[in-house]
Amino acid sequence: MNYHWNWRIFWEPAPNGTGNYLDMLLSGLVLTIETAICAWIIALAFGAVVGVMRTLPSKTASSVGFAYVEFFRNMPLLVQLFIWFFVLPELLPHGSGLWLKQIPNAPFYTAAIGIGLFMSARVAEQTRAGINSLPRGQKLAATALGLTTAQAYRYVLLPMAFRIIMPPLTSEFLSTIKNTSVAITIGLIELTGEARAMQEFSFQVFEAFTGATVLYLLINVVVVIAMRFLERALAVPGYIGGK
Amino acid sequence: MFASFDFDVIRRSFGYLFLDGMTFTLTLTGLAALGGLIFGTLIALMRLSGFKLLGRIAGLYVDLMRSLPLVLVIFWFYFLVPYIGQWVTGSSRPIQVGAFTSSLVTFIMFEAAYFSEIMRAGIQSISKGQPAAAQALGLTYRQTMRYVVLPQAFRNMLPVLLTQTIVLFQDTSLVYVLSIPDFLGAASKVAQRDGRLVEMYLFAAAVYFIISCLASFGVRRLQARIAFVH
Repeated sequence: MNYHWNWRIFWEPAPNGTGNYLDMLLSGLVLTIETAICAWIIALAFGAVVGVMRTLPSKTASSVGFAYVEFFRNMPLLVQLFIWFFVLPELLPHGSGLWLKQIPNAPFYTAAIGIGLFMSARVAEQTRAGINSLPRGQKLAATALGLTTAQAYRYVLLPMAFRIIMPPLTSEFLSTIKNTSVAITIGLIELTGEARAMQEFSFQVFEAFTGATVLYLLINVVVVIAMRFLERALAVPGYIGGK
Repeated sequence: MFASFDFDVIRRSFGYLFLDGMTFTLTLTGLAALGGLIFGTLIALMRLSGFKLLGRIAGLYVDLMRSLPLVLVIFWFYFLVPYIGQWVTGSSRPIQVGAFTSSLVTFIMFEAAYFSEIMRAGIQSISKGQPAAAQALGLTYRQTMRYVVLPQAFRNMLPVLLTQTIVLFQDTSLVYVLSIPDFLGAASKVAQRDGRLVEMYLFAAAVYFIISCLASFGVRRLQARIAFVH
Protein backbone atom coordinates (compact mmCIF):
# COMPACT_ATOMS: atom_id res chain seq x y z
CA MET A 1 0.00 0.00 0.00
CA ASN A 2 1.63 3.23 -1.03
CA TYR A 3 -0.67 5.48 0.95
CA HIS A 4 1.00 7.71 3.50
CA TRP A 5 -0.88 7.70 6.75
CA ASN A 6 -0.66 10.80 8.88
CA TRP A 7 -3.05 10.81 11.80
CA ARG A 8 -1.56 14.00 13.21
CA ILE A 9 -3.15 15.84 10.31
CA PHE A 10 -6.15 16.68 12.51
CA TRP A 11 -3.98 18.99 14.61
CA GLU A 12 -2.33 20.73 11.70
CA PRO A 13 -3.62 24.20 10.74
CA ALA A 14 -6.25 24.21 8.03
CA PRO A 15 -5.76 26.60 5.09
CA ASN A 16 -9.12 28.31 5.65
CA GLY A 17 -7.60 30.06 8.65
CA THR A 18 -10.13 29.06 11.28
CA GLY A 19 -7.95 26.66 13.23
CA ASN A 20 -6.85 23.12 12.61
CA TYR A 21 -8.48 20.37 10.57
CA LEU A 22 -10.27 18.99 13.60
CA ASP A 23 -12.00 22.36 14.11
CA MET A 24 -13.05 22.18 10.49
CA LEU A 25 -14.72 18.83 10.99
CA LEU A 26 -16.33 19.96 14.24
CA SER A 27 -17.81 23.06 12.62
CA GLY A 28 -19.26 20.71 9.99
CA LEU A 29 -20.67 18.57 12.78
CA VAL A 30 -22.40 21.61 14.31
CA LEU A 31 -23.92 22.55 10.96
CA THR A 32 -25.10 18.97 10.43
CA ILE A 33 -26.83 18.98 13.82
CA GLU A 34 -28.38 22.42 13.28
CA THR A 35 -29.73 21.47 9.87
CA ALA A 36 -31.03 18.15 11.15
CA ILE A 37 -32.85 19.73 14.10
CA CYS A 38 -34.52 22.40 11.93
CA ALA A 39 -35.50 19.75 9.38
CA TRP A 40 -36.80 17.49 12.13
CA ILE A 41 -39.07 20.20 13.56
CA ILE A 42 -40.57 20.73 10.10
CA ALA A 43 -40.87 16.97 9.54
CA LEU A 44 -42.66 16.42 12.86
CA ALA A 45 -45.06 19.33 12.41
CA PHE A 46 -46.06 18.53 8.83
CA GLY A 47 -45.84 14.77 9.33
CA ALA A 48 -48.17 14.81 12.33
CA VAL A 49 -50.78 16.89 10.49
CA VAL A 50 -50.64 14.79 7.31
CA GLY A 51 -50.58 11.53 9.28
CA VAL A 52 -53.72 12.59 11.15
CA MET A 53 -55.39 13.64 7.89
CA ARG A 54 -54.88 10.17 6.49
CA THR A 55 -56.83 8.62 9.38
CA LEU A 56 -59.75 11.10 9.33
CA PRO A 57 -63.16 9.86 8.22
CA SER A 58 -63.26 12.60 5.57
CA LYS A 59 -62.44 11.16 2.12
CA THR A 60 -61.01 14.48 0.92
CA ALA A 61 -58.65 14.84 3.87
CA SER A 62 -57.33 11.31 3.55
CA SER A 63 -56.76 11.60 -0.21
CA VAL A 64 -54.97 14.93 0.21
CA GLY A 65 -52.78 13.23 2.83
CA PHE A 66 -52.19 10.29 0.49
CA ALA A 67 -51.20 12.60 -2.38
CA TYR A 68 -48.84 14.53 -0.08
CA VAL A 69 -47.06 11.38 1.06
CA GLU A 70 -46.77 9.95 -2.45
CA PHE A 71 -45.49 13.25 -3.79
CA PHE A 72 -42.62 13.51 -1.34
CA ARG A 73 -41.81 9.82 -1.21
CA ASN A 74 -41.50 9.11 -4.92
CA MET A 75 -38.78 11.58 -5.81
CA PRO A 76 -35.14 11.27 -4.75
CA LEU A 77 -34.23 13.74 -2.01
CA LEU A 78 -31.47 15.10 -4.24
CA VAL A 79 -33.97 15.98 -6.98
CA GLN A 80 -36.26 17.61 -4.42
CA LEU A 81 -33.42 19.76 -3.12
CA PHE A 82 -32.53 20.81 -6.70
CA ILE A 83 -36.14 21.80 -7.29
CA TRP A 84 -36.29 23.94 -4.14
CA PHE A 85 -32.88 25.43 -4.78
CA PHE A 86 -32.64 25.93 -8.56
CA VAL A 87 -36.17 25.70 -9.91
CA LEU A 88 -38.40 27.44 -7.35
CA PRO A 89 -36.77 30.90 -7.61
CA GLU A 90 -37.23 30.79 -11.41
CA LEU A 91 -40.90 29.89 -11.21
CA LEU A 92 -41.79 32.67 -8.78
CA PRO A 93 -42.56 36.19 -10.00
CA HIS A 94 -39.34 38.01 -10.85
CA GLY A 95 -39.12 40.11 -7.66
CA SER A 96 -39.63 37.34 -5.13
CA GLY A 97 -37.47 34.98 -7.16
CA LEU A 98 -34.62 37.45 -7.00
CA TRP A 99 -35.17 37.96 -3.27
CA LEU A 100 -35.07 34.20 -2.75
CA LYS A 101 -31.78 33.90 -4.64
CA GLN A 102 -30.17 36.60 -2.54
CA ILE A 103 -31.02 35.20 0.90
CA PRO A 104 -27.80 34.67 2.81
CA ASN A 105 -27.34 31.04 3.92
CA ALA A 106 -29.73 29.90 1.20
CA PRO A 107 -28.29 26.35 1.17
CA PHE A 108 -29.00 26.03 4.88
CA TYR A 109 -32.64 27.10 4.64
CA THR A 110 -33.19 25.07 1.49
CA ALA A 111 -31.70 21.99 3.11
CA ALA A 112 -33.70 22.38 6.33
CA ILE A 113 -36.98 22.89 4.48
CA GLY A 114 -36.31 20.37 1.70
CA ILE A 115 -35.14 17.59 4.02
CA GLY A 116 -37.89 18.51 6.49
CA LEU A 117 -40.62 18.09 3.89
CA PHE A 118 -39.02 14.91 2.52
CA MET A 119 -38.92 13.38 5.99
CA SER A 120 -42.42 14.65 6.85
CA ALA A 121 -43.88 12.11 4.43
CA ARG A 122 -42.16 9.36 6.40
CA VAL A 123 -43.23 10.79 9.74
CA ALA A 124 -46.79 10.98 8.38
CA GLU A 125 -46.68 7.27 7.55
CA GLN A 126 -45.43 6.45 11.05
CA THR A 127 -48.10 8.66 12.65
CA ARG A 128 -50.79 6.99 10.59
CA ALA A 129 -49.48 3.55 11.53
CA GLY A 130 -49.43 4.56 15.20
CA ILE A 131 -53.01 5.84 15.14
CA ASN A 132 -54.21 2.78 13.22
CA SER A 133 -52.46 0.46 15.67
CA LEU A 134 -54.67 1.69 18.52
CA PRO A 135 -57.63 -0.52 19.35
CA ARG A 136 -60.83 0.79 17.77
CA GLY A 137 -62.37 0.98 21.21
CA GLN A 138 -60.26 4.05 22.02
CA LYS A 139 -61.85 6.18 19.31
CA LEU A 140 -65.28 4.74 20.05
CA ALA A 141 -64.97 5.36 23.78
CA ALA A 142 -63.79 8.93 23.14
CA THR A 143 -66.80 9.53 20.89
CA ALA A 144 -69.14 7.92 23.40
CA LEU A 145 -67.85 10.30 26.07
CA GLY A 146 -68.98 13.16 23.86
CA LEU A 147 -65.55 14.30 22.66
CA THR A 148 -65.44 15.93 19.25
CA THR A 149 -63.10 14.43 16.63
CA ALA A 150 -60.54 17.12 17.39
CA GLN A 151 -60.73 16.43 21.12
CA ALA A 152 -60.54 12.67 20.58
CA TYR A 153 -57.30 13.15 18.65
CA ARG A 154 -55.89 15.73 21.04
CA TYR A 155 -56.63 13.94 24.31
CA VAL A 156 -56.93 10.24 23.45
CA LEU A 157 -55.47 9.08 20.15
CA LEU A 158 -52.36 11.22 19.60
CA PRO A 159 -50.88 10.97 23.11
CA MET A 160 -51.06 7.19 22.76
CA ALA A 161 -49.98 7.03 19.12
CA PHE A 162 -46.90 9.18 19.58
CA ARG A 163 -45.72 7.17 22.55
CA ILE A 164 -46.13 3.95 20.58
CA ILE A 165 -44.22 5.21 17.54
CA MET A 166 -41.24 6.54 19.49
CA PRO A 167 -38.85 3.77 18.30
CA PRO A 168 -39.58 4.22 14.57
CA LEU A 169 -39.42 7.98 15.02
CA THR A 170 -35.93 7.56 16.47
CA SER A 171 -34.76 5.90 13.30
CA GLU A 172 -36.48 8.55 11.20
CA PHE A 173 -34.58 11.20 13.15
CA LEU A 174 -31.35 9.32 12.49
CA SER A 175 -32.25 9.27 8.78
CA THR A 176 -32.80 13.03 8.95
CA ILE A 177 -29.29 13.50 10.32
CA LYS A 178 -27.82 11.28 7.62
CA ASN A 179 -29.85 12.96 4.89
CA THR A 180 -28.36 16.36 5.69
CA SER A 181 -25.28 15.15 3.82
CA VAL A 182 -27.24 15.24 0.56
CA ALA A 183 -27.26 19.04 0.92
CA ILE A 184 -23.56 18.96 0.00
CA THR A 185 -24.88 19.10 -3.60
CA ILE A 186 -26.43 22.54 -3.06
CA GLY A 187 -23.31 23.83 -1.36
CA LEU A 188 -24.01 23.22 2.32
CA ILE A 189 -20.63 22.45 3.90
CA GLU A 190 -21.79 20.16 6.68
CA LEU A 191 -19.81 17.26 8.14
CA THR A 192 -19.40 15.27 4.92
CA GLY A 193 -18.65 18.51 3.08
CA GLU A 194 -15.96 19.49 5.57
CA ALA A 195 -14.42 16.02 5.34
CA ARG A 196 -14.34 16.39 1.57
CA ALA A 197 -12.77 19.86 1.89
CA MET A 198 -10.19 18.50 4.31
CA GLN A 199 -9.39 15.72 1.85
CA GLU A 200 -8.93 18.22 -0.96
CA PHE A 201 -6.70 20.53 1.08
CA SER A 202 -4.57 17.93 2.83
CA PHE A 203 -4.69 14.91 0.44
CA GLN A 204 -5.22 12.74 3.53
CA VAL A 205 -8.34 11.04 2.14
CA PHE A 206 -8.77 8.22 4.59
CA GLU A 207 -7.97 10.22 7.72
CA ALA A 208 -10.53 12.85 6.71
CA PHE A 209 -13.27 10.30 6.07
CA THR A 210 -12.38 8.34 9.20
CA GLY A 211 -12.78 11.56 11.20
CA ALA A 212 -16.22 12.16 9.71
CA THR A 213 -17.18 8.51 10.20
CA VAL A 214 -16.27 8.62 13.88
CA LEU A 215 -18.27 11.82 14.37
CA TYR A 216 -21.33 10.35 12.63
CA LEU A 217 -21.08 7.24 14.80
CA LEU A 218 -20.86 9.50 17.84
CA ILE A 219 -24.05 11.39 16.90
CA ASN A 220 -25.82 8.08 16.36
CA VAL A 221 -24.79 6.73 19.73
CA VAL A 222 -25.82 9.93 21.52
CA VAL A 223 -29.20 10.05 19.78
CA VAL A 224 -29.91 6.36 20.41
CA ILE A 225 -29.06 6.67 24.10
CA ALA A 226 -31.06 9.87 24.53
CA MET A 227 -34.06 8.38 22.78
CA ARG A 228 -33.88 5.25 24.88
CA PHE A 229 -34.25 7.40 28.00
CA LEU A 230 -37.11 9.29 26.42
CA GLU A 231 -38.79 6.06 25.34
CA ARG A 232 -38.54 4.67 28.83
CA ALA A 233 -39.92 7.84 30.36
CA LEU A 234 -42.81 7.99 27.91
CA ALA A 235 -43.60 4.26 27.69
CA VAL A 236 -47.28 3.49 28.16
CA PRO A 237 -47.83 1.57 31.40
CA GLY A 238 -49.26 -1.85 30.68
CA TYR A 239 -47.76 -2.06 27.17
CA ILE A 240 -44.64 -4.05 26.31
CA GLY A 241 -41.75 -1.85 27.37
CA GLY A 242 -44.01 0.04 29.76
CA LYS A 243 -43.61 0.16 33.50
CA MET B 1 -44.97 31.26 -16.19
CA PHE B 2 -44.48 28.35 -18.56
CA ALA B 3 -44.36 30.65 -21.60
CA SER B 4 -40.58 30.93 -21.60
CA PHE B 5 -40.15 27.18 -21.21
CA ASP B 6 -38.13 25.35 -23.81
CA PHE B 7 -39.48 21.83 -23.75
CA ASP B 8 -37.57 21.08 -26.93
CA VAL B 9 -34.41 20.68 -24.84
CA ILE B 10 -35.88 17.46 -23.50
CA ARG B 11 -36.59 16.13 -26.99
CA ARG B 12 -33.12 17.09 -28.16
CA SER B 13 -31.39 15.32 -25.29
CA PHE B 14 -33.78 12.38 -25.10
CA GLY B 15 -31.28 9.82 -26.37
CA TYR B 16 -28.57 10.93 -24.01
CA LEU B 17 -30.93 11.07 -21.04
CA PHE B 18 -32.44 7.65 -21.51
CA LEU B 19 -29.98 5.55 -23.53
CA ASP B 20 -27.00 6.66 -21.45
CA GLY B 21 -28.37 8.08 -18.21
CA MET B 22 -31.37 5.92 -17.46
CA THR B 23 -29.59 2.78 -18.66
CA PHE B 24 -26.81 3.51 -16.18
CA THR B 25 -29.29 4.14 -13.37
CA LEU B 26 -31.35 1.02 -14.03
CA THR B 27 -28.33 -1.26 -14.54
CA LEU B 28 -26.81 0.06 -11.33
CA THR B 29 -30.10 -0.41 -9.47
CA GLY B 30 -30.60 -3.95 -10.75
CA LEU B 31 -27.07 -5.22 -10.17
CA ALA B 32 -26.79 -3.49 -6.78
CA ALA B 33 -30.11 -5.00 -5.66
CA LEU B 34 -28.97 -8.45 -6.77
CA GLY B 35 -25.53 -8.14 -5.18
CA GLY B 36 -26.98 -6.52 -2.07
CA LEU B 37 -29.46 -9.36 -1.72
CA ILE B 38 -26.76 -12.04 -2.02
CA PHE B 39 -24.38 -10.35 0.42
CA GLY B 40 -27.26 -9.31 2.65
CA THR B 41 -28.47 -12.89 2.91
CA LEU B 42 -24.94 -14.04 3.76
CA ILE B 43 -24.69 -11.37 6.47
CA ALA B 44 -28.10 -12.36 7.85
CA LEU B 45 -26.99 -16.02 7.95
CA MET B 46 -23.79 -14.98 9.74
CA ARG B 47 -25.80 -13.12 12.36
CA LEU B 48 -28.12 -16.07 12.90
CA SER B 49 -25.40 -18.74 12.66
CA GLY B 50 -24.86 -19.07 16.40
CA PHE B 51 -21.12 -18.42 16.05
CA LYS B 52 -20.67 -15.48 18.41
CA LEU B 53 -17.68 -13.93 16.67
CA LEU B 54 -19.15 -14.23 13.18
CA GLY B 55 -22.42 -12.77 14.39
CA ARG B 56 -20.69 -9.83 16.05
CA ILE B 57 -18.64 -8.97 12.98
CA ALA B 58 -21.73 -9.05 10.78
CA GLY B 59 -23.66 -7.00 13.34
CA LEU B 60 -20.92 -4.39 13.54
CA TYR B 61 -20.80 -4.10 9.76
CA VAL B 62 -24.56 -3.58 9.54
CA ASP B 63 -24.56 -1.01 12.35
CA LEU B 64 -21.64 0.85 10.81
CA MET B 65 -23.23 1.05 7.36
CA ARG B 66 -26.57 2.07 8.76
CA SER B 67 -25.11 4.90 10.84
CA LEU B 68 -23.31 6.53 7.93
CA PRO B 69 -24.86 8.77 5.31
CA LEU B 70 -24.79 7.27 1.82
CA VAL B 71 -22.94 10.30 0.45
CA LEU B 72 -20.04 9.67 2.82
CA VAL B 73 -20.04 5.96 1.95
CA ILE B 74 -19.93 6.85 -1.76
CA PHE B 75 -16.86 9.02 -1.14
CA TRP B 76 -15.26 6.31 1.04
CA PHE B 77 -15.56 3.62 -1.59
CA TYR B 78 -14.64 5.92 -4.45
CA PHE B 79 -11.21 6.34 -2.87
CA LEU B 80 -11.02 2.91 -1.28
CA VAL B 81 -11.94 0.69 -4.24
CA PRO B 82 -8.64 1.29 -6.11
CA TYR B 83 -6.76 0.12 -3.00
CA ILE B 84 -9.04 -2.88 -2.54
CA GLY B 85 -8.40 -3.71 -6.20
CA GLN B 86 -4.67 -3.44 -5.63
CA TRP B 87 -4.91 -5.75 -2.64
CA VAL B 88 -7.07 -8.30 -4.46
CA THR B 89 -5.01 -8.42 -7.65
CA GLY B 90 -1.70 -8.05 -5.85
CA SER B 91 -0.61 -5.27 -8.18
CA SER B 92 2.05 -2.80 -7.10
CA ARG B 93 -0.10 0.33 -7.31
CA PRO B 94 -3.75 1.23 -6.78
CA ILE B 95 -5.66 0.10 -9.85
CA GLN B 96 -7.83 2.39 -11.92
CA VAL B 97 -11.50 1.59 -11.49
CA GLY B 98 -14.25 2.98 -13.68
CA ALA B 99 -17.09 5.09 -12.38
CA PHE B 100 -19.58 2.27 -12.84
CA THR B 101 -17.56 -0.38 -10.98
CA SER B 102 -16.86 2.02 -8.15
CA SER B 103 -20.50 2.94 -7.68
CA LEU B 104 -21.62 -0.67 -8.08
CA VAL B 105 -19.28 -1.82 -5.29
CA THR B 106 -20.48 1.06 -3.10
CA PHE B 107 -24.16 0.31 -3.54
CA ILE B 108 -23.75 -3.45 -3.13
CA MET B 109 -21.84 -3.00 0.13
CA PHE B 110 -24.22 -0.31 1.39
CA GLU B 111 -27.45 -2.05 0.45
CA ALA B 112 -26.20 -5.39 1.79
CA ALA B 113 -26.59 -3.93 5.29
CA TYR B 114 -30.21 -2.94 4.65
CA PHE B 115 -31.12 -6.13 2.78
CA SER B 116 -29.56 -8.23 5.53
CA GLU B 117 -31.91 -6.71 8.10
CA ILE B 118 -34.88 -7.54 5.88
CA MET B 119 -33.68 -11.11 5.28
CA ARG B 120 -32.97 -11.55 8.97
CA ALA B 121 -36.53 -10.56 9.80
CA GLY B 122 -37.71 -12.91 7.04
CA ILE B 123 -35.71 -15.86 8.35
CA GLN B 124 -36.87 -15.20 11.90
CA SER B 125 -40.47 -15.10 10.75
CA ILE B 126 -40.29 -18.77 9.66
CA SER B 127 -41.75 -21.03 12.33
CA LYS B 128 -39.27 -23.19 14.22
CA GLY B 129 -41.04 -26.33 13.04
CA GLN B 130 -39.77 -25.80 9.51
CA PRO B 131 -36.01 -26.17 10.13
CA ALA B 132 -36.77 -28.81 12.76
CA ALA B 133 -38.75 -30.83 10.22
CA ALA B 134 -36.01 -30.36 7.64
CA GLN B 135 -33.44 -31.69 10.07
CA ALA B 136 -35.66 -34.58 10.98
CA LEU B 137 -35.74 -35.44 7.28
CA GLY B 138 -31.96 -35.62 7.38
CA LEU B 139 -31.21 -32.40 5.52
CA THR B 140 -27.92 -30.72 6.32
CA TYR B 141 -27.78 -27.09 7.52
CA ARG B 142 -26.95 -26.00 3.98
CA GLN B 143 -29.84 -27.94 2.49
CA THR B 144 -32.22 -26.71 5.19
CA MET B 145 -31.38 -23.13 4.35
CA ARG B 146 -31.27 -23.63 0.60
CA TYR B 147 -34.48 -25.61 0.16
CA VAL B 148 -36.64 -24.81 3.18
CA VAL B 149 -35.88 -21.60 5.05
CA LEU B 150 -34.52 -19.13 2.50
CA PRO B 151 -37.15 -19.66 -0.22
CA GLN B 152 -39.92 -18.97 2.29
CA ALA B 153 -38.11 -16.03 3.87
CA PHE B 154 -37.48 -14.55 0.44
CA ARG B 155 -41.09 -15.02 -0.60
CA ASN B 156 -42.49 -13.47 2.58
CA MET B 157 -40.14 -10.52 2.36
CA LEU B 158 -40.44 -9.94 -1.39
CA PRO B 159 -42.62 -6.82 -1.06
CA VAL B 160 -40.23 -5.30 1.50
CA LEU B 161 -37.21 -6.20 -0.64
CA LEU B 162 -38.81 -4.57 -3.67
CA THR B 163 -39.73 -1.46 -1.67
CA GLN B 164 -36.10 -1.23 -0.59
CA THR B 165 -35.12 -1.57 -4.25
CA ILE B 166 -37.31 1.45 -5.08
CA VAL B 167 -35.47 3.38 -2.37
CA LEU B 168 -32.21 2.16 -3.91
CA PHE B 169 -33.38 3.33 -7.35
CA GLN B 170 -33.89 6.82 -5.92
CA ASP B 171 -30.64 6.69 -3.96
CA THR B 172 -28.56 5.91 -7.05
CA SER B 173 -29.11 9.58 -7.98
CA LEU B 174 -26.52 10.38 -5.30
CA VAL B 175 -23.70 9.22 -7.59
CA TYR B 176 -24.17 12.82 -8.79
CA VAL B 177 -21.56 13.77 -6.17
CA LEU B 178 -18.95 11.91 -8.25
CA SER B 179 -20.08 13.69 -11.45
CA ILE B 180 -21.16 10.37 -12.93
CA PRO B 181 -23.75 10.67 -15.71
CA ASP B 182 -26.58 8.57 -14.33
CA PHE B 183 -30.07 9.78 -15.23
CA LEU B 184 -29.94 12.81 -12.92
CA GLY B 185 -26.31 13.46 -13.78
CA ALA B 186 -27.15 13.45 -17.50
CA ALA B 187 -30.12 15.76 -16.93
CA SER B 188 -27.90 18.05 -14.90
CA LYS B 189 -25.19 18.13 -17.58
CA VAL B 190 -27.71 19.09 -20.26
CA ALA B 191 -29.29 21.60 -17.88
CA GLN B 192 -26.00 23.36 -17.29
CA ARG B 193 -24.84 23.17 -20.90
CA ASP B 194 -28.04 24.67 -22.29
CA GLY B 195 -28.88 26.85 -19.30
CA ARG B 196 -32.18 25.05 -18.89
CA LEU B 197 -32.17 24.08 -15.21
CA VAL B 198 -35.90 24.53 -14.69
CA GLU B 199 -37.04 22.31 -17.56
CA MET B 200 -34.48 19.57 -16.97
CA TYR B 201 -34.89 19.27 -13.21
CA LEU B 202 -38.68 19.29 -13.43
CA PHE B 203 -38.51 16.65 -16.13
CA ALA B 204 -36.09 14.51 -14.10
CA ALA B 205 -38.35 14.82 -11.06
CA ALA B 206 -41.36 13.76 -13.13
CA VAL B 207 -39.52 10.72 -14.53
CA TYR B 208 -38.37 9.56 -11.09
CA PHE B 209 -41.85 10.19 -9.73
CA ILE B 210 -43.61 8.18 -12.43
CA ILE B 211 -41.22 5.22 -12.25
CA SER B 212 -41.31 5.08 -8.43
CA CYS B 213 -45.10 5.46 -8.35
CA LEU B 214 -45.65 2.68 -10.89
CA ALA B 215 -43.18 0.44 -9.08
CA SER B 216 -44.73 0.96 -5.66
CA PHE B 217 -48.18 0.42 -7.16
CA GLY B 218 -46.91 -2.90 -8.53
CA VAL B 219 -45.44 -3.83 -5.14
CA ARG B 220 -48.77 -3.09 -3.45
CA ARG B 221 -50.60 -5.38 -5.87
CA LEU B 222 -48.01 -8.09 -5.32
CA GLN B 223 -48.38 -7.70 -1.58
CA ALA B 224 -52.13 -8.21 -1.83
CA ARG B 225 -51.60 -11.37 -3.87
CA ILE B 226 -48.99 -12.82 -1.52
CA ALA B 227 -51.06 -11.97 1.54
CA PHE B 228 -53.95 -13.88 0.00
CA VAL B 229 -51.98 -17.08 -0.59
CA HIS B 230 -50.32 -16.82 2.79
